[in-house]
Amino acid sequence: MQPESTVPTTRSRRPRFRLGGLGPLIGLAALVALATILNPSFLTIGNIFNVLTRTSFIGIIAVGGTFVIIAGGIDLSVGSMAALLAGSMILFMNALAPTFGSGWLTIFFGVVFVVALGGVFGLGHGLAITKGRIEPFIVTLGTLGIFRSVLTYLSEGGAITLKLDLSDVYSHIYYGSLLRIPIPIWIFLAMAGLGGLLLNRTAFGRHVQAIGSNEQVARFAALRVDREKILTYVIQGVCVAVATILYVPRLGSASPSTGLLWELEAIAAVIIGGTALKGGFGSVSGTVVGAILLSTIGNVLNLTSIISVYLNAAVQGVVIILVAFLQRGRRTQ
Amino acid sequence: MISVRFEGIGKDFGAGPVLDDVTFDVEAGEIHALVGENGAGKSTLMKILGGYLPATAGRVLLNGEPAHFVDQREGEADGVVLIHQELNLVEDLSVADNIFLGRELRRGPFLDERAMRREAVTLLQRVGLAIEPTTRVRELIVAQKQLLEIAKALSRQARLLIMDEPTASLTPSEVERLFELIRDLNARGVTVLYISHKLDEVVALAHRVTVLRDGKYVTTVAAAETTRAQLANLMVGREIAAMFPEKRLQDAGDVVWRVEGVGVPGWAEDIGFELRRGEILGFAGLVGAGRTELFEGILGLRPRIGGHFELEGRPLRLRHPADAVGAGIVYLSEDRKGKGLHTTLRLAPNLTLMALRRYTQPLLRPERERQALVNALRDYNIRAGSLDAIAGTLSGGNQQKLALAKVLHTEPRILILDEPTRGVDVGAKQEIYRLIQKLASQGMAIIVLSSELVELIGIAHRIVVMRGGHLTGRLEGDALNEPEIIAYATGVKGSHAA
Repeated sequence: MQPESTVPTTRSRRPRFRLGGLGPLIGLAALVALATILNPSFLTIGNIFNVLTRTSFIGIIAVGGTFVIIAGGIDLSVGSMAALLAGSMILFMNALAPTFGSGWLTIFFGVVFVVALGGVFGLGHGLAITKGRIEPFIVTLGTLGIFRSVLTYLSEGGAITLKLDLSDVYSHIYYGSLLRIPIPIWIFLAMAGLGGLLLNRTAFGRHVQAIGSNEQVARFAALRVDREKILTYVIQGVCVAVATILYVPRLGSASPSTGLLWELEAIAAVIIGGTALKGGFGSVSGTVVGAILLSTIGNVLNLTSIISVYLNAAVQGVVIILVAFLQRGRRTQ
Repeated sequence: MISVRFEGIGKDFGAGPVLDDVTFDVEAGEIHALVGENGAGKSTLMKILGGYLPATAGRVLLNGEPAHFVDQREGEADGVVLIHQELNLVEDLSVADNIFLGRELRRGPFLDERAMRREAVTLLQRVGLAIEPTTRVRELIVAQKQLLEIAKALSRQARLLIMDEPTASLTPSEVERLFELIRDLNARGVTVLYISHKLDEVVALAHRVTVLRDGKYVTTVAAAETTRAQLANLMVGREIAAMFPEKRLQDAGDVVWRVEGVGVPGWAEDIGFELRRGEILGFAGLVGAGRTELFEGILGLRPRIGGHFELEGRPLRLRHPADAVGAGIVYLSEDRKGKGLHTTLRLAPNLTLMALRRYTQPLLRPERERQALVNALRDYNIRAGSLDAIAGTLSGGNQQKLALAKVLHTEPRILILDEPTRGVDVGAKQEIYRLIQKLASQGMAIIVLSSELVELIGIAHRIVVMRGGHLTGRLEGDALNEPEIIAYATGVKGSHAA
């Protein structure tokens, strides 16, 4: 038997795997500590639930985005898609209400409809990208415009509003609680849990990582690369639909400004969470932390008066760049 | 002329020393070869010399003066040029752009394209490359890229040229051409440091040879006074018995796989062959003969025209690579880093990637994957620092054994190996030959594509030769010899009536 020798290293570049999981969590902890010192009311149950509930939209979308990005793709359309899905869902339920009543049955159909529509949008992206061999950036840049424009057309520039009696019933989904925890938080956690399981403990998740890490190697390993890539976009579409299901009961309407710039926040959450933008490595738990970190910034600015709330996006931007800088790690020896 | 002295060089990346107290001299104006198994530290030592890496201990003396290159730019300013194993060319730029990359000729604030093109033409002539300086590098074949790298080195006024495995993907005639060029440069006063696995080449080309083993200096010998076998023993540190295991006489088994009428646009036309149980079938041919492309086409990895396949007498459909794996046919690419292994992933996901179904019920079982890895490291004698190592940190030989373990993990019936020992050290080569022979004797049908004729003759029972996309010869028995194969590969013998 040969003695176990040390790893002969031919290149000094080492993938920055280590910081990925802990970095954002440390950042979040630091932010929470700072916020609590500045304003003790930050660390109240009420405020924490408030932050998490608001995080759920971006968080759920970002869970889907984690798959797309790890597989080496990108979906820029999610904000517009959320707007169009919200508008379509409202129109669909309004149309069903006379037949099925303004109750849970109509809402159920609405939910099924919007999930299916989100899946179809994702399927369209996936097919255009794989079979059509168009860059994901281009495809989803195109649909970013298309989705929002169609919504604007449907709403004639104004708002599409859910019928009041339906809205009263449906609003429980957003404002209601289960075991004293708001329902959106439950759904967010469930989606994150499912996403984590799918990514880390299934063959599909492993394939996604393998494809993002090196698509050519994955092809030569006989993986169904196109199918798996399409699936990531379908998952993204379904995640946007689930976020929409939570969003619609919040305001009961959709307008051309619905979901504006959500794509940037969702992608930022994924990247802050340690997922490599070029694919191959990432985690759902990181994304969850990233999403919470982003919305906590806004909350902290609201609760304190040191920096104006108007600078929210600026502070988020600084954090994104800072995290990216820290995660750069030892990549350049 | 430059002389080099390595003095007590040590290097540690944090996982134990990669180089340990290496001391030897390279005399001015000689061709000095550096040999050693993969992981012996050759490339690391050369990177330290070229200024790509700092040493942890010791110093490098150039003409007796300590050299402190902060980066390769400083090294090149002193005439020290390193040509990497993985060529360092920008594929989308032109030949001339590449030659002058980083030190473009300018006229005022603008590029002086005309001057660069003119100078490029002269340089290309010196290395014997008949291409336009405006050709995009992407359009060149590997041998041309190799020569282009040398032209690039010449443009940097190289006085010490370091070449890391330059012949890894060249055909014998291309190698001969390269050697002529190296000898010519050497005659003009360029000191050459030449790293290679191919001991024949080293003995033929170099004046002196230094052997490294496990990061330590072993010895330096005059090439004229040594033999390939002696070098191999020095590298491995033990007697190597015959390089190739004995070919077991086998009764011709049943035909396992019948392939007919395969065409791959631009690469192969109307190819057919039969593969028998327990047989090792060699595919010979020059680079560009279409061997790799033929099999990529058969397996659905690139577009194919026609093709009728029978597996054990039953028709077989091969449209997607997964069809082949499902039927028990696996292919290991010649391009280990680009197509064979996920070099940024850990070992276990690489090993189990093609057989994940065995580890899902329905969720993945990481502890079973880990156990499989432990077994594979033992069975295939893969040396890794830890079970959690990233695949890319293994040495070339160990990466190749891992890649083999990966395709074999699907428990195939038919194994197709493309250049299975490329960039692999002598010890690992021998292990791979033994493995191939063992698998065949257990009844697996194996196809080996290789540019190394010695290797094909050493292990194959039968050899088919391809030339220009056609099957030109089928050799067995006494016909398995180099002149015969070369005759068919170069078109001296064999015609291809379509």
